[in-house]
Amino acid sequence: MTATGFIKDRLVPVGSILLVILIAWYFAAYSMNAPFQRDFDRRAGETRTSVEFLKKTMSQPKPTMPAPHQVATNLWKNTLTVKPWSKRSLVYHSWVTLSATLLGFAMGTALGVAIAIGIVHIPALDRSFLPWIIASQTIPILATAPMIIVLLAAIGVTGLLPKALISTYLSFFPVAVGMVKGLRSPDVLHLDLMRTYSANRMQTLWKLRIPASVPFFFTSMKVAIAASLIGAIVGELPTGAVAGIGSKLLAGSYYSQTVDIFAALIAGSIVAILLVTAVDVVGRFVNTRMGAKSQ
Amino acid sequence: MSVFRPNWQALMSLLATLYSLTAVPFTDSMGSGTPLIVVAILLAGALASMLRLSFALEAAVLTLASFGAAAVLIGGLADAFGTASRGYFAALGAAWLLGWRLVTVLSGDGSRGSDGGGGTAIIVPALFGLWVVILWECIVRGAGVPFVLLPPPSAIGLKITNSTSILAADFKQTVLKAVLFGYVVGSLTGFLVAILADRFRFFANGLLPIGNMVSALPMIGIAPVMVIWFGFDWQSKAAVVIVMTFFPMLVNTLAGLAASSDMERDLMRTYGATHWQVLLKLRLQAAMPFIFNALKINSTLALIGAIVAEFFGTPIVGMGFRISTEVGRMNLDMVWAEIAMAAIVGSLFYGALALLERSVTFWHPSYRR
Repeated sequence: MTATGFIKDRLVPVGSILLVILIAWYFAAYSMNAPFQRDFDRRAGETRTSVEFLKKTMSQPKPTMPAPHQVATNLWKNTLTVKPWSKRSLVYHSWVTLSATLLGFAMGTALGVAIAIGIVHIPALDRSFLPWIIASQTIPILATAPMIIVLLAAIGVTGLLPKALISTYLSFFPVAVGMVKGLRSPDVLHLDLMRTYSANRMQTLWKLRIPASVPFFFTSMKVAIAASLIGAIVGELPTGAVAGIGSKLLAGSYYSQTVDIFAALIAGSIVAILLVTAVDVVGRFVNTRMGAKSQ
Repeated sequence: MSVFRPNWQALMSLLATLYSLTAVPFTDSMGSGTPLIVVAILLAGALASMLRLSFALEAAVLTLASFGAAAVLIGGLADAFGTASRGYFAALGAAWLLGWRLVTVLSGDGSRGSDGGGGTAIIVPALFGLWVVILWECIVRGAGVPFVLLPPPSAIGLKITNSTSILAADFKQTVLKAVLFGYVVGSLTGFLVAILADRFRFFANGLLPIGNMVSALPMIGIAPVMVIWFGFDWQSKAAVVIVMTFFPMLVNTLAGLAASSDMERDLMRTYGATHWQVLLKLRLQAAMPFIFNALKINSTLALIGAIVAEFFGTPIVGMGFRISTEVGRMNLDMVWAEIAMAAIVGSLFYGALALLERSVTFWHPSYRR
């Protein structure tokens, strides 16, 4: 894509749609906060000019719909003006969620790859286990999150691990399914070639199947890491708002602190974008180094 | 050709059976006669499976031996909670190994030709699931795992049959109201916006990257906001579901509408077809696999969205509400009953979509034989 093509086909359309969303957000903030403000003013017996009124709807302490700049201010205040390790800092809460996400993601990826290798090599596992793996994802597994957390707390496992286990469950599936596809992606000619070299199964795995599965690996890891973050956030809900983005959401919902909720949501979104981008960049780098065609 | 054909599952099973004889009786209520029956069944099964039998005979012998032994073992747990000895678990392991052998026999050597027809595709996973339930039941009850940690499947089954009215009310609240409404509205809006955006290239160019990005975000986090906006009842849950299902549908439909090739579009042009004719007769058809993919993703997302949203506040009915409160009251069998229901609903939903997909996109290469 050329530079002008990029600006014309990407930057301008994406930018203008984001602008429309921002304007719609402001408009929604005004119209959703106005009834409360009108009521409030009537009780206080105040009469305001419309500009004053507009300003008031954008600066309520507990708005129904916070205005974008309120969220931005809250985000700024809670990330850059407080120490990153204090309990008020969103950086601290993001870090708590991020560490559970990464641990769960690492375990889920390892488990997914192990299952995929097993499925590719053992026909009985392929026939009996793969259908259950697929069925397991039609189950709303997040529903079990509170139970898993409480159960593990009952046998003395608390802290990072229970959340990470939920992330593991959510992230192993995309990796397992993607890797089964990837490990089976070498075509028959290549497999036959390995056979003429009299390569054993291990050698075929290391020298043909695994290199062939790398593009699949990174594609499925992008899905897995996003799922992993969701698992960590939901895993923080039943622990009763101790630390993490999920607990910020829960605390915000208890006290109707919509600004806090939105700030936590944006923080979570930033973490998600960073994680997916990181996987994407590593994937591109590895693929190029391994001689894949650049797209 | 010798008559003997040893295999490792049967050998291991044989060893485990012999070991189990060192710790008789198996449980407090089993006496010393019943273990001998189990051992006899297992020995016969293991030895027979090492003979060169026909496929059907071997499968039948293994089925009888593994499930017969398992049935006696489960029966031996009556009034004997947590008293199983080492021998009991060794015998259980032996039965399970025979079950594994059965699965191996049924699934063949993995080549296409050894696929024993459509039957194995259902029977083999079913056997696997059955064994998970048997092991769960025997280990939990045999080893005496506390009820508040993990109830045995039989207790969960009993709970399901005893509390159908509660389950039905939760199903109505969560699935019939929140999930169904949110799913239909969310998917439909996503679809319609994609059709509109497709008419104007500018929109499609702008929406696709944004939609792709939003799909990776933890959208479940909007649940508390929706509960504040729309109240505790099902409307707020439906709103969460709408937001969660909208973007996957939008992105997939946009990708699907771009799936038809230039040649096909050129052909439509030579016919003098209008934009809407091309859309209806060519591009929507080509987009169907993508649309069904989104519908399948959304079926899971919708259930998750509705259940998790109920954790943030709900009237005193609903699957998410029941799960979070019963966990607090340590009624784990009720929680598992809800999870079982969620699993069944999720699988049926998904299965129905897969069937529908098969009849709509019958032309797709992945269904060709």
